[in-house]
Amino acid sequence: MKVVVGALLGLSLVVTAIQAVAVETVKIGVVSPLTGPQAHLGKDIENGARLAIDEINATHPTLGGQPVRFDLLVEDDQADPRTATVVAQKLVDSGVKGVIGHLNSGASIPAARIYAEAGIPQISPGSTAVTYTRQGFKTTYRVMANDAQQGQALGGYAVRIGRRVAVVDDRTAYGQGLADEVAKAVRAAGGEVVAREFTTDKSTDFTAILTSLKAKRPEVVVYGGMDPQAAPIARQMKMLGLKAVFMGGDGMQSAEFLKLAGTAAEGVIGSSPGLPLEKMQGGAEFATRFTARFGKIQIYAPFSYDASRVLIAAIRQADSAEPARYLPVLAGIAVNGVIGPIAFDTYGDLKDGPVTLYQVKGGQWVPIITMGGKN
Amino acid sequence: MDNLVFYQILLQQIFNGLVLGSLYALVALGYTMVYGILELINFAHGEVVMLGAMVALTVLGALSGAGYSGVWTIGVALAVAVPICVTTGLLIERVAYRPLRHAPRLAPLITAIGVSIVLQNLAMIFWGRQYLSFPAVIDVQVYEWWGVSVTNVQLVMVALAATMMVGLLVLVGRTRLGRAMRAIAQNREVASLMGVNVNTVIAATFAIGSALAAVAGVLVSTYYGLAHYAMGFMLGLKAFTAAVLGGIGNIPGAMLGGLLLGVIESLGAGYIGDLTGGFLGSNYQDIFAFFVLILVLIFRPAGLLGEQVAERA
Repeated sequence: MKVVVGALLGLSLVVTAIQAVAVETVKIGVVSPLTGPQAHLGKDIENGARLAIDEINATHPTLGGQPVRFDLLVEDDQADPRTATVVAQKLVDSGVKGVIGHLNSGASIPAARIYAEAGIPQISPGSTAVTYTRQGFKTTYRVMANDAQQGQALGGYAVRIGRRVAVVDDRTAYGQGLADEVAKAVRAAGGEVVAREFTTDKSTDFTAILTSLKAKRPEVVVYGGMDPQAAPIARQMKMLGLKAVFMGGDGMQSAEFLKLAGTAAEGVIGSSPGLPLEKMQGGAEFATRFTARFGKIQIYAPFSYDASRVLIAAIRQADSAEPARYLPVLAGIAVNGVIGPIAFDTYGDLKDGPVTLYQVKGGQWVPIITMGGKN
Repeated sequence: MDNLVFYQILLQQIFNGLVLGSLYALVALGYTMVYGILELINFAHGEVVMLGAMVALTVLGALSGAGYSGVWTIGVALAVAVPICVTTGLLIERVAYRPLRHAPRLAPLITAIGVSIVLQNLAMIFWGRQYLSFPAVIDVQVYEWWGVSVTNVQLVMVALAATMMVGLLVLVGRTRLGRAMRAIAQNREVASLMGVNVNTVIAATFAIGSALAAVAGVLVSTYYGLAHYAMGFMLGLKAFTAAVLGGIGNIPGAMLGGLLLGVIESLGAGYIGDLTGGFLGSNYQDIFAFFVLILVLIFRPAGLLGEQVAERA
């Protein structure tokens, strides 16, 4: 009896296997930091992509009349540029037809070359450095506003508060890039950059810089950098009686900043690419579906969800998973995503990427205005 | 910019520098005391400062919700941090330095660096890699005098640092323990022949230095509102520079060196951009400390107030 059951079981496995083979699979790579201090953000990206792919697979998609199934290949780049290139090569070698990733600009930039040489499209859900899409590759895309768009929003809003703006950055690729764009936007909006100061991404004492800023009487201080520096700057501004409004980019628009700056956070303005989740077209509904399965949304899940859907929409419109066939479709695509309307400019950047400014009120980031975008 | 504003800003920069400098001085004392007696640079000293900050942070975190007054909680944090740092200091001396007391001078220097790395990594494992926020237990009050902003935290810091330094001077100059320390610094063998218990006195030196480091750690993190497992490295290096600047082994020298270094850094970072026409920015703040160190080593190798170490016969 046991033998018979075993044989039947074996047979049914074989049958399933044959059926599975009949459905062609298309591999899609997802790559983000899944270990280390940014692991929670990386997992957010993976989960967003997984939700998108599973929903699409549930609709029994076809390509060229044949049923297909999309398979996720997940890799961990550890937020490290070198590891990023290694896992990028690994994804290319295992035959992925498109890649969702990476999170960090520092990882996306070197990995882009590897995908480009293999002709595989890459859509980043979170890299905002301008350089990423300016390397001359036809395969690089992103679904988040870049630092130029963010800098314009910050600089433009700063001038609305006061014409005298001081700009400080931490001399990293991100901080410097953002700060330069802010300075440009301030001048374009008729404001004056009264001081341009620099620090490092390891400093804790900013009293000297802030004191010399005080002499130049800025009405707004904009910082390009991350929260471990932005928080003590906010505190020390209060300490020195520097009464300018403090602003910065997505590197400091974090829950961590609120914790580190304490009461000094009140009134600080921070920008973040994209809309606040509750303002996104399908935001509430997406949030319900996502949280039911994976729990809390960090930041990137809607972006990686949309990135995956855009990639597969291009594949289905081209009716082919061959990158050479569907890449031109991707370049000209126009779809409505959770994050809003998605179309790409000639660089592969999100057209009219919206940037939302938040202000700390009562110890919380509260959205105050969304700039850019088609809303 | 009119003259009044110029002087106000200058005064503010100098005051900021003095606050920073009093912290450097407090840490520099730990280096200089050990060097004066053992001719050993205790590179793990910066890590003891970090430990003090981390322990205080943990205590504050546990107490901050309990509704006690801010000064009281900081007092408790100090009362916990000081014994832990003293124990660590004693342990470092016993494990890493005492067995090597008669070894070539390079050996304890290397163990010092080793201990420093071990402590950093232990702290990283225990408290994690991210920056930790210091709970805001004290209400920061800003006073303004002649256009210079001064906070209550800064005033307390400077006063506390000054008190500790005066206390140390009295201890070394007026007490029996201080006399024993000076005797060992002059000649360890003769001191031991005269009945001074060398091991006890050296241990006491480490204990005092570590206690000062604990206080410095609590002050640094209360002031900046942050603590991080790697914070001790740069602070230690700066304090070491301050000690060399004043004349290593020389206690008043460490105080002067610390204050001076704080002011130099503050003025340097504040004016470098304007002075070099924007060619060098304030992100070069840290190079001043080391630039000064190089200048001192070239032109006055014994430091401003002169080195005080044992006279070898």
